[in-house]
Amino acid sequence: MKGSVLIIDDDLALAEMLGIVLRNEGLEVSHVADGTHAMSTFRAVRPDLVLLDIMLPGMDGIEICRRIRAESGVPIVMLTARTDTHDIVVGLESGADDYVVKPFKPQELIARLRARLRRGDEPEAERLEIGDLVIDVAGHSVKRDGVGLSLTPLEFDLLVALARKPHQVFSREVLLEQVWGYRHAGDTRLVNVHVQRLRSKVERDPEHPEVVVTVRGVGYKAGPS
Amino acid sequence: MAGGVRRWLAVSWSVLRRVGSTIANSWRRRLQFRVVASTLLLGLLVVVLLGAYLYRAIGSSLENDRIRASQSEAQSLTTTAQANFDSAVATDVNSLYSVAQTLVQGQLVPPGADQTRYVILTRAIDNTSTAVLGTMGSPGVSSDVVTDSIRRAVSADPTRQQTQIVQFHDPQTDSDVPAVVVGSQVQVPIVGAYDLFFIFPMRAETATLQHISRSFSVGGLILVLLVGAIAWVVARQVVVPVRRASAVAERLAAGNLNERMPARGHDELALLAKSFNAMADSLQTQIHQLEGLSRVQQRFVSDVSHELRTPLTTIRMAADLIFDAREQFGAGVARSAELLHTELDRFEDLLADLLEISRFDAGAAALDTDPTDLAVLARKVVDGAASLAEVRGSKVTVTVEKSDRSTIAEVDPRRVERILRNLVVNAIEHGEGRRVTVTLAGNDDAVAVVVADRGVGLRPGEASLVFNRFWRADPARTRTTGGTGLGLAISLEDARLHDGWLQAWGEPGVGARFRLTVPKRVGEPIGVSPFRSVRRVPSEWRRDGAGSRPASSARCPVRRSRAGWPRDDAPSRPRRCRGRRRRGRRGLQRARDVVPGPAGARRQRCEHRAPAVRAARPAARRGARGHHPGLPAGRHGE
Repeated sequence: MKGSVLIIDDDLALAEMLGIVLRNEGLEVSHVADGTHAMSTFRAVRPDLVLLDIMLPGMDGIEICRRIRAESGVPIVMLTARTDTHDIVVGLESGADDYVVKPFKPQELIARLRARLRRGDEPEAERLEIGDLVIDVAGHSVKRDGVGLSLTPLEFDLLVALARKPHQVFSREVLLEQVWGYRHAGDTRLVNVHVQRLRSKVERDPEHPEVVVTVRGVGYKAGPS
Repeated sequence: MAGGVRRWLAVSWSVLRRVGSTIANSWRRRLQFRVVASTLLLGLLVVVLLGAYLYRAIGSSLENDRIRASQSEAQSLTTTAQANFDSAVATDVNSLYSVAQTLVQGQLVPPGADQTRYVILTRAIDNTSTAVLGTMGSPGVSSDVVTDSIRRAVSADPTRQQTQIVQFHDPQTDSDVPAVVVGSQVQVPIVGAYDLFFIFPMRAETATLQHISRSFSVGGLILVLLVGAIAWVVARQVVVPVRRASAVAERLAAGNLNERMPARGHDELALLAKSFNAMADSLQTQIHQLEGLSRVQQRFVSDVSHELRTPLTTIRMAADLIFDAREQFGAGVARSAELLHTELDRFEDLLADLLEISRFDAGAAALDTDPTDLAVLARKVVDGAASLAEVRGSKVTVTVEKSDRSTIAEVDPRRVERILRNLVVNAIEHGEGRRVTVTLAGNDDAVAVVVADRGVGLRPGEASLVFNRFWRADPARTRTTGGTGLGLAISLEDARLHDGWLQAWGEPGVGARFRLTVPKRVGEPIGVSPFRSVRRVPSEWRRDGAGSRPASSARCPVRRSRAGWPRDDAPSRPRRCRGRRRRGRRGLQRARDVVPGPAGARRQRCEHRAPAVRAARPAARRGARGHHPGLPAGRHGE
């Protein structure tokens, strides 16, 4: 696995340990412990992925997440010791792609990071259509009537996963596995939150989705092209 | 025709019964109704008794007056008649007849149209004279009015008047009235003794009595109704504040702690209101204190959790790194790395279970329901436990009975999956390599899952203990599996959160069975479980001649009330909301008596930490990701 990871965490021991584990996986690791310096470090390093602790001194993780998302689509994985529904939903809504609850197994974390960094691998040139959208997989672009839409990598992956099999209904569990790299059943709200975010960008009317259609009781599928 | 009558009878019977039961119901349940009804009844009784007494007294007094008047009138008329006869110059019966006729029609019968008296002159009953004058009297009056008894009395004592009251057909008014009959004897020349009877109809007295009785009836009725109305007003003065108090108490019980009674005046009811409000104040203060404590506790657990989790993550990663590299170390260090690795798993499991149970204790556990097919969940759980089953040599089967009934229920899938995983893993671990069956069934309002093993079973009394925290079936038995001892306790809490039941039965050497029953719709009570006869262990299970006792001690841990509800869950929740539901104060309170079995059982838990037989499996095998890190379980943070 190639790529650079920025760890934003105030616990030095954990950050160091994370560094060791991630370097073993072949990743470049940089670290910032303080929320107030997080943004400047982020701009200096330009990481391929951000590993962000929610509870931070200085500026809290949610705010950092929001600011990073405002200027970049870089994958953000939150680290949290809280399983509070509210915190997680706020985190996801502020732009995080995924979250990992402490204590986690290193393999689980690496699987998620790998799923988020996968785009570093050369994708095949592929052109997909979903609804009235045209997706250029290799070029990482989505266009409607020739106008590009700005999606984060995760949203793009989600859209591509649905568009590749236009008639198949994907359960949330399957999407978690394919898009997020979950090995076991995970939090299906993760899917719900990101489908909402995706719809707000790609649908003409997010209240009446035509691109990503809900199949009640089962999951989601790509709309008719 | 007969059918019509029967139908009519049946209808009127059912109407009567309905009315009767309504009245009985009101009598039982409404104080005001009872007060008014009994006042009316008693008032009616008093009025009737009093009226009857007065009526009789007035009646007899009127009658006596009338008799006295009649007697004196008859006396003077009789004297006149006797004088007439005595002075009559008659030689034969015919001339005597005309004398008598003149006497009767001219003097005895009152002149004019108003017949205040009637006269009958008839032969005395013991008159044996051969000469007969014949009976004569007022026109239109038959001599039948005069009874034999009075005639005999007159003959027996000719010197005195005889009086009798008879029912008399009054020709003047053409109606029956009581009448006074006064009889006495007169001596008539030639023909001997004759009886002279005067009949005085009591027209005026009857009219007076009728008038009195009408007045009494109307007056009595009005009196009774007035008394009833007074009783209604008086009872209302008491009942209305009581009802208001009851409504306030109910709202208070429903959790509306700011509810108070209006206390006006200085009477007993105001005193009641004041005492009630004082009680409510005290309750509110205590509840707020408890809530404060609970918040502090939750905050503490949350902080401890957070503080523990971060270093634990570091240790976890370090241990994994060392574990992966253990082949580079010597035997001792390598083994240490392995132990560190496995014990960290246990530590994590224990931490997660402790946090989960503390969430239940704090009443912070919330349901996140979704229509879920329990059969699908069960298969998923069994698939997930396949590797463990293989190691243990157990075969696990899932069957759906009554497959025409749906096994879809509105449950929190994560919690139900956790319950099922606990039960299945538990059954495999204690099933001694024998078959484990998971059976599902649904009925109209509930879905049930029975997980049964054919393993060591439960000794009498143990079925109620398996849900205790850190309970160990047999302290002497070597602990082979890494259960936290909290799995079944958490499962029981999860089941309760659904308003469901989790029950255990078992027999030593035969096996144990656990039944989970959850309602199909959130907030709707379970009538009966789709599996009713779970206590009966099929005979083919028995082996080694193990006893087939119905294991009275292995009773359902959640005792059930008559309605079939677990007793502690039976009272209807005052407020239900669909979907996400917080366990509030009730949860806090309930958590204290959650553990089935003897009081304080939790404190009596086994101190020997090593062995575990029917101890609970971890609620969440970290390996199988039972409590997935990605799954927030409660509302409060950790």
